[in-house]
Amino acid sequence: MAAISVEQVLAQAEKDEAEKLRRITVQKELELQYDLGNMLAIDPNALNERDFRQQSREHLHALARDNTQLLVNQLFGLPCERVQEAVVVKLPDCTTRLPREKPVPKPRAPTRWEEFAKLKGIQKKKKTNLVWDEVHKQWRRRWGYQRAKDNTKEWLIELPVTADPAEDQFAKRIHAKKERVAKNELNRLRNIARSSKLGKVPGVGLTPTVQPTKSELGLAMQVARRSTASVGRFQDKLPREKEPRGTGKKRKFQPLIGDFSAEKSKQLEMLKLMDSKKPKLDVTRAVNRQMREEDSEAAAKRRKSQKPGRGGKQGGNRKGGKGAKGGKGGKGRGGKFSGAKRKSK
Amino acid sequence: MSALDAVVKPKTKRAKRFLEHRAPKVNENEKNTILVKGGNASDTVTKSLRDIYSLKKPHCVLYKKKNMTRPFEDQTSLEFFSKKSDCSMFVFGSHNKKRPNNLIFGRMFDFHVLDMIELGVEKFVPLKDFKCSKCPEATKPLLIFAGDSFEVNEEYRRLKNLLIDFFRGPLVTAVRLAGLEHVLHFTAVEGKIFMRSYRVLMKKSGCRTPRIELEEMGPSFDFVMRRTHLASDDLYKQSMKRPKAAVIKKKKNISQDTFGTTYGRIHMQKQDLGKLQTRKVKALKKRPADKAGAGQESPKKKKLV
Repeated sequence: MAAISVEQVLAQAEKDEAEKLRRITVQKELELQYDLGNMLAIDPNALNERDFRQQSREHLHALARDNTQLLVNQLFGLPCERVQEAVVVKLPDCTTRLPREKPVPKPRAPTRWEEFAKLKGIQKKKKTNLVWDEVHKQWRRRWGYQRAKDNTKEWLIELPVTADPAEDQFAKRIHAKKERVAKNELNRLRNIARSSKLGKVPGVGLTPTVQPTKSELGLAMQVARRSTASVGRFQDKLPREKEPRGTGKKRKFQPLIGDFSAEKSKQLEMLKLMDSKKPKLDVTRAVNRQMREEDSEAAAKRRKSQKPGRGGKQGGNRKGGKGAKGGKGGKGRGGKFSGAKRKSK
Repeated sequence: MSALDAVVKPKTKRAKRFLEHRAPKVNENEKNTILVKGGNASDTVTKSLRDIYSLKKPHCVLYKKKNMTRPFEDQTSLEFFSKKSDCSMFVFGSHNKKRPNNLIFGRMFDFHVLDMIELGVEKFVPLKDFKCSKCPEATKPLLIFAGDSFEVNEEYRRLKNLLIDFFRGPLVTAVRLAGLEHVLHFTAVEGKIFMRSYRVLMKKSGCRTPRIELEEMGPSFDFVMRRTHLASDDLYKQSMKRPKAAVIKKKKNISQDTFGTTYGRIHMQKQDLGKLQTRKVKALKKRPADKAGAGQESPKKKKLV
């Protein structure tokens, strides 16, 4: 009897377990896609439109319940931990790609000094913040409020030998400081202007100004006149009109520091150009010419040495009138040489 | 931050912080939203904007005055608003005879309109009309999209992306299980989009995972899609660009076992064991005579012996 009851209990337990699982499982035709980082589920199943039309509210509610159950099942399956009496699951990274709000930040363009320092290999050296001040006998900051060796706090300045005694040395110092600050600010603005594409206004035409000067108007007129299909060739001139000055191209110099490779290639280009004015030596052509000259010289020599023996015969032939046989023979022997010889004679 | 902003130097630390917060970042902050009312707005539109505001709080700004503008014709004023309040998402509500109860959902990239989708509200039940308890403010919702249109149709796909962007809330690494309280369910069927908002009730199921029951909390919308303005491919691609610094590179030759011990694999050259320094014992020391003998012998002969 006892054995049967145990079996019954086990069967009951199994049934209970199945019942529990049934309560949290949902059957779907197509699997849902999850993006647990965003706590997102996408149900690609198409809805039954007829059912939906009959009971839209209940249908939507049931669908939402099923989908939520599936999503929650996934979320509960993630690795969890306990943080201050709350069970927390770790979410994975998002898989849905979303557009950014603002563009990717660009690195700041190097300033003119930074470029120069890089070119020269100058590296930043860290200085200590505190310096020993001999006057106050204590360590003080190198910069800022209550700095060491503060030259603005000096009550006496030694007059330099070359200086004008009437000149206020304190005012001079303050002025110099102001100048340095202004220069730094100007350089900062210059660096920004250099790094940005802003401020590149076309320098021609009538740019908007409050009160255009005579020269600006003249320049604008000149530009307008040239802005025709024939580049202003057939434009009439006013009586006694002068050509505006300063419209030609200005010389532009290369920057003192910068691209060394470009500079090198430019110099090489120039050398090549200078070299191109000199006549070039074509080796094959020269060799051919030399060979031909040698050949002709050798031939001439040979003819000279053979002349007494054969020349008499030939001469006799010629002298003897125009015999058909002799003429033929002469030609066959090499009319060219004979011809040349005749010319030379 | 454009070059013009860089010219004007902030005078205080606070102003500097403010500008830094607005400047483009590698890891971005959560997107803020502006809700703008058009020149004419019906009661439905006003209430729906207010309800969207309560869903989106605190990353949201509600403009309460009328703004005579038409985003599909001229986007400049919207772009100005977004720049002003540093918001990259917007909803614009308007009402007229041709397009009654109109809501335009949109997002910006670099303060220019990226996507805009116009949804007409056919039926709206506000948050107040549901007499039940609500979930706390700024709860990160569970988002669910149902219907095959969200997969098939390009406009619906973009709308899905837009709505995820709009409602997903803050990016978090971990979430409290008991805090899963709010569900936003979007269903696309019969050319309509049904947006329903439910509160989650967790019932005991006997296992670790609870059985879920839902209670409608509101607001609920029945939308129809009207005009759309989707970003061009290159602009969209540009907006999807990820900075190099944000992509984490996998570290090579480092592994962990199940106990969490870190192992590193090291590659090194083969050791020459002949030169290995062993214990120095007097008996093993080479005597000068031995050394001399070894010097005379050829190495081959030595091997043989």
